[in-house]
Amino acid sequence: MNAIPAELLRIIIGLVAIAVSVGLIGLVMVWVERKVAGHIQRRPGPYEVGPNGLIQPLCDALKLVGKQLFMPKGADPILFWLAPVLAFLPVLLLFLPLPVGDGLQTLDVNLGLLLILAFSGLAVLSVLLAGWASNNKYGLLGAARGVAQAVAYEIPLLLSVLAVSFVAGSLDLAHVVKLQGTWPWNWNIMTQPLAFLIYIVSALGETNRAPFDLPEAESELTAGFHTEYSGMGFGLFFLAEYANMVVVCSVATALFLGGWHGPVLPGPVWFVLKVSALMLLMVFVRWTYPRVRFDQLLVINWKWLLPLAVANLLLTAFFVKLAQFA
Amino acid sequence: MTTYQNNDHLAGDFYTQNFAKTAGEGNLILNLGPQHPSTHGVLRVVVELDGEYIMRAEPILGYLHRMHEKMAEVKTAAQFIPNMGRVDYGHALGWNWAFVGAAEKLGGIEVPERAEYIRVITCELNRIASHLLWWGAYLLDLGAFTPIMYAFDDREKVLDILQIPTGSRLTYSYYRIGGVAQDLNADCIRRIQEFIPWFRSRLPMYKDLVSDNIILRKRIEGIGAIEQDTCRRYGATGPVARGSGINYDVRRAQPYSVYPKLDFVVPTSDLKDARGRYDVRMIEMEQSLRIIEQALDMMPEGEVLVKGAPKPSWKVPAGETYFAVEGARGKIGAYVVSDGGKNIYRTKLRAPGFCNLSLFAEVSQGTILADAVAILGSLDLIIPEIDR
Repeated sequence: MNAIPAELLRIIIGLVAIAVSVGLIGLVMVWVERKVAGHIQRRPGPYEVGPNGLIQPLCDALKLVGKQLFMPKGADPILFWLAPVLAFLPVLLLFLPLPVGDGLQTLDVNLGLLLILAFSGLAVLSVLLAGWASNNKYGLLGAARGVAQAVAYEIPLLLSVLAVSFVAGSLDLAHVVKLQGTWPWNWNIMTQPLAFLIYIVSALGETNRAPFDLPEAESELTAGFHTEYSGMGFGLFFLAEYANMVVVCSVATALFLGGWHGPVLPGPVWFVLKVSALMLLMVFVRWTYPRVRFDQLLVINWKWLLPLAVANLLLTAFFVKLAQFA
Repeated sequence: MTTYQNNDHLAGDFYTQNFAKTAGEGNLILNLGPQHPSTHGVLRVVVELDGEYIMRAEPILGYLHRMHEKMAEVKTAAQFIPNMGRVDYGHALGWNWAFVGAAEKLGGIEVPERAEYIRVITCELNRIASHLLWWGAYLLDLGAFTPIMYAFDDREKVLDILQIPTGSRLTYSYYRIGGVAQDLNADCIRRIQEFIPWFRSRLPMYKDLVSDNIILRKRIEGIGAIEQDTCRRYGATGPVARGSGINYDVRRAQPYSVYPKLDFVVPTSDLKDARGRYDVRMIEMEQSLRIIEQALDMMPEGEVLVKGAPKPSWKVPAGETYFAVEGARGKIGAYVVSDGGKNIYRTKLRAPGFCNLSLFAEVSQGTILADAVAILGSLDLIIPEIDR
């Protein structure tokens, strides 16, 4: 055992746990999403396979794995298959610095937030590659939308996150969580409500979830950037979407909702509960609202979110400085 | 460095190539359809895109051409009625009525009054079902997944009611030359009476949850404005014309059946955009409820099929006539020419969807792709009706 450094061992165990949990979360979220959608739409949702359709996502996953991997004529084979892998792999890295509980963190770095924001930027690349390499006009349009959207929404997301880290004086997620308390009024959401709102809206945009699911707007672009993907190619994009949702919700939980803090129950349970609540919110939004138009999406971002986020950041910086003098 | 193989498979067919001849430099030619989620069937629209902006659009028809007019030439009048139920799956009874009405006009057949009222009731119920189908599908186009389930929930109730007298759920062939096939029984009337207040209670909910939603309003307000002049030039009718402020409803303009006795409002909107058409259809559903309510009260007892009604082998007397009814999508017309032979010599069907779709090329110019989908949906197209 002495040959292997403890830190490496920790990362390996963490990565394995993350890989397993991402797969598991994907399955559970598919089921939850379909069940919630079903209940919103006054129908039972998946029902046949297993109790209340619990086995359904597993069957779907098996079906996806078993399907022929098909590539359109004239597509760029390397980039075409690189795209789904590139969509999925960075997501695993995003889980590394997430503090699930006190000390329960795969990678304890003081720049965790930066790591997450940097690697989540790679998702755009995969969208662009997928749309470009599949030699499909819908794919190309979807990719163009995806890039414009992701670039736009990354900025208010960053600014809202920065406001919180200004207050905490750290980019370490665990440190930000430690500064918050047990009860909701001790959480950052009380001091930074605007940043939380901006973060949630931008997060919907970042993860391409409805009402901002324009890169894959099915009524306009059939399936957008992943039109040509079948089998696991599509499956990886699908999984990456859910994993991305988990990441943005976890970051929101750590930054704004007190992370693992909470009364009575152990820390990790609280963390999972809070993340689940945010995920459910995203699911509710998806099944309730129509899709915005592309120019409206950018208008929301450039005219509202960005100025608000900048104003919020400046105000926060001002008060932080004031507190230092006082 | 990747050299792409030849892209011949992307060159497209005659229509695409012909369309591409006049395309601007660097513009993208995109085929929306024939298989595309927003075209509700097999409509194909070739568009020239500059980024997301539509420079030109051209609908291409004929993927669902089923020769209904030719079939009319090889069938007797009575045998052709089932065809009419299949022209437009949304509002089948309207088409039933147009053809049956033309044949009656030519044969000089008086329809019993009870049958007229039954026709009004069933036709209006079918109009509600058709508008609900449009409503759900339109919001699906705009990216809202849930309303269609609620719309289908309501529509299901209408279909259940219509199933009792007609025996079918979608492609009705219920009207007969000289009346209707069956009387409405007590169960059917009770269910209609239950449906009216229930559906009335649903409409405000749709308004609160969907029609007033800010995202929906941003998507349809001011989008796809159609000038009255354009409507007239293309012969647009129904909610499309009324959404542009043209007060034209066949039920009022060329009254038929017992509609003159009924009190209802023809809704129009001066907005001219997709919102106007949306509002008109929503109000029309309310008005249809009003019509049904009155018709149920006023319906006399009596026969539902005239005595000595034409047999299937009945020969339509020589002559020519035109009969139009107000369908869910606009003016449904049947032009029937008979030479007194076994089969009708020629039948020309006027489909409102065809005229309404023709607008699209002009209206969609310069809009964003997403708006084009919103405009296409707001025209309420049923492709089998357009291609016939």
